[in-house]
Amino acid sequence: MTVPRFWRKIPNRYNLIGTKCENCNTYYFPPRIVCPPCRRKGVIREYAFEGSGKIVTYTTIYSAPESFTKMTPYVLAIVQLDEGPRLTTQIVCDPSEVKIGARVKSVFRKLGEDGPDGVIYYGTKFTLA
Amino acid sequence: MPVGITTYGVYIPQYRIRVEEIARVWGDDPKDIKKGLRVLEKSVPDRDEDTATIAVEAARSALRRSCLDGADIGAIYVGSESHPYAVKPTATIVAEAIRATPELMAADFEFACKAGTAALQTCLGLVAADYIKYGMAIGADTAQGAPADALEYTAAAGGAAYVIGKNNIIAEIEDTYSFTTDTSDFWRREGQQYPKHGGRFTGEPGYFKHVLAGARGLLEKTQCTPDDFDYVVFHQPNGKFPRTVASTLGFSQDQLKQGLIVERLGNTYSGSALIGLASVLDVAEPGSRIFMTAFGSGAGSDSFSVKVTKEISKIQGLAPTVAELLEAPIYLDYALYAKHKNKIVL
Amino acid sequence: MREVAIVGIGCTKFGEMWDKSFRDLFIEAGLMALTDAEVSGAQIEALYGGNMSAGMFLEQEHIGALIADYSGLTTNNIPSTRVEAACASGGLALRSGIIAVASGYHDVVISAGIEKMTDVGAEKAMDALASAADREWEAEVGATFPGLYAMMARAHMHELGTTREQLAQVAVKNHYHGSMNPRAQFRNKITIDTVINSPLVADPLRLFDCSPITDGAAAVVLVPAERAKEFTDTPIYVKAAAQASDTISLHDRRSLTSIDATTIAADRAFKMARLQRSQIDVAEVHDCFTIAEIMAIEDLGFFEKGAGGPVTLAGDTAIGGKIPINTSGGLKACGHPVGATGIKQAVEIVEQLRGDAGKRQVDGAEVGLTHNVGGTGGTVVVHILAR
Repeated sequence: MTVPRFWRKIPNRYNLIGTKCENCNTYYFPPRIVCPPCRRKGVIREYAFEGSGKIVTYTTIYSAPESFTKMTPYVLAIVQLDEGPRLTTQIVCDPSEVKIGARVKSVFRKLGEDGPDGVIYYGTKFTLA
Repeated sequence: MPVGITTYGVYIPQYRIRVEEIARVWGDDPKDIKKGLRVLEKSVPDRDEDTATIAVEAARSALRRSCLDGADIGAIYVGSESHPYAVKPTATIVAEAIRATPELMAADFEFACKAGTAALQTCLGLVAADYIKYGMAIGADTAQGAPADALEYTAAAGGAAYVIGKNNIIAEIEDTYSFTTDTSDFWRREGQQYPKHGGRFTGEPGYFKHVLAGARGLLEKTQCTPDDFDYVVFHQPNGKFPRTVASTLGFSQDQLKQGLIVERLGNTYSGSALIGLASVLDVAEPGSRIFMTAFGSGAGSDSFSVKVTKEISKIQGLAPTVAELLEAPIYLDYALYAKHKNKIVL
Repeated sequence: MREVAIVGIGCTKFGEMWDKSFRDLFIEAGLMALTDAEVSGAQIEALYGGNMSAGMFLEQEHIGALIADYSGLTTNNIPSTRVEAACASGGLALRSGIIAVASGYHDVVISAGIEKMTDVGAEKAMDALASAADREWEAEVGATFPGLYAMMARAHMHELGTTREQLAQVAVKNHYHGSMNPRAQFRNKITIDTVINSPLVADPLRLFDCSPITDGAAAVVLVPAERAKEFTDTPIYVKAAAQASDTISLHDRRSLTSIDATTIAADRAFKMARLQRSQIDVAEVHDCFTIAEIMAIEDLGFFEKGAGGPVTLAGDTAIGGKIPINTSGGLKACGHPVGATGIKQAVEIVEQLRGDAGKRQVDGAEVGLTHNVGGTGGTVVVHILAR
């Protein structure tokens, strides 16, 4: 991650701000500026997701890159937000507690950092609701 | 027009470590520690939590149960002694995370354990003078205690956020008084990981001098006695100091009880008095009066006289109480605790 | 549009090749292919090189020029193009070369694939591989490449009943095939217990469910079918070269238990070739993880959805079974030098169809298929080759 690239997505990472196509009523998170079905006919607006959803599938990561080593083992999951879109995220819980279909809600956590003297990356993870 | 608290929120991490476990590692007698400190366990942040994440969760909790949203907040001040950055404010991270940007004042505060109440006083001033409609003051910490040092038993993690305003206040802040001196009872130099302290010097010349002077100062200023209050909250570095100072001032242990949360939480530093106050607000009836004195090493105290209004029943029960946040902890052994607290350098 | 034939093949040994550089590898593979085709460098008209990430592994870009230069082909200033589709870079290079010949633009074209992965540590290699996923919304929130496939495995086990043993059997079978392949990275036979007792990487995937980090290169020579006999007595004809794309991230896919791009590319390929699934005698599929092979044999249409696990455990996909899959040892045992895999798969099928596969030979193989996937399924390339 680089500073400008992280900074540009702060509203999306911190506050689950995505987009919605008002032409076909599809919600997007991560945000999209082109609605694939509508393309140029799409009408894209910003949308703030509520932060509730359910677990679609998951794994427990035991072997991770250096930036995530402190967190292992951690749960990685695909969560479906109540409004429809799916995202990849970490679930803050004991690995034994995760289930497909479990309800989750968003929390604010550290995603990582660029070393002990670099920028700290914050973002959204989920806990079991 | 009265100024006061419009909403508040608390966040306490789920992990704990017991006094017995720390004592086991350093060869101390846990019975002696528990008797001396009157603390059983302390909160520990998760590996991906820090003062900023705690501050955000407390802030979001406060806003969620009110009719306010981030755009209503005209100032955010975060007080801590464990800000994630030495330079780059925690307040802007909170501001972005509650969607208060860009039209607001913001800064970080440091005054050991009373940085949060100093932030509260600043918000009081700005609101009272109509510079802003609502200000948010946060006291949050992920306190570090040096391994094998006495403070390791109590240095905990947690935070509370308070929104100050004039409309729909749930508790009026009737008055405030501060007592400040240049006293090096406890300090941390730039670049050092752990604080140092003056041992027994932190007692009489530190905590007791400033809390007593600060409390007496406000009682005199408001022409009140301890009997005029239903609750009293003090900064809680351990379970002993607040009990002693309450007794010395003439407050009863009964008045102290509801706001005394250190036994199962530890000392959350900038969060300590503010979480104690939250514990009282969780249950207080309209019309109750609360007396609070926070203490920060360096040294100083901030005292407040607070009167609960009938609006409080509108928000009680809409967010987890301090008691609920203290339930269902996950206990760690010392090795995992050390990993969580970055005492093990990767 | 002209039909295209493969008239020469070359493939280096796959493994941790400490003494060989990136340049050494592609030169070796290229020379083998030219020798096999009995074609001179002067006859080569264009070069397509598949390479995923020389940039991250070697801090080197401009691979097209590099390969042409060090192969001695810039003396003729031939057009040289590097193509990239993550782990499908090789398959993409093959398809690109085929299109160049089929279109009539060029007559003699080399399609190659090269990856040198061991000049960086495992940490950096894993990070390079993670760039096949969505960096912004998968890797940077904590997803690892095995983690993404593990989530597909979890869904496949949950919805379709695939078992831990069935997954393990993919690796067991591929190691058995690899033991008969002189160029494979791993020649050791293993058991289901080996897999199940290996360390967890991303639950349920363990170390032995994952393909390794490998160095290697491969190349093929492509010519118009009408000229094939000038170069070889055993030309192998390209019946189809199909490709499909899908979302880069797993969370945006329609299904977590199927790679749609595989199904679509396969449908396109079989339509192009005017053939049925039942006519495929041998196939090289993309087993970056054991679950990937199980999904592949379902999504390619060889077996029903959900049957991939049971048929593997039953031995239907081993040499001698209903349809031998990954006779080379697959990505798991032969190794997975990312950009080279797609070309290696073609080399293996050509050897099978020529009858040159030695102990791995599938008797009477006449039609073969290669299946190469990029990332978790954002790109799939499927080729059908025949005698």
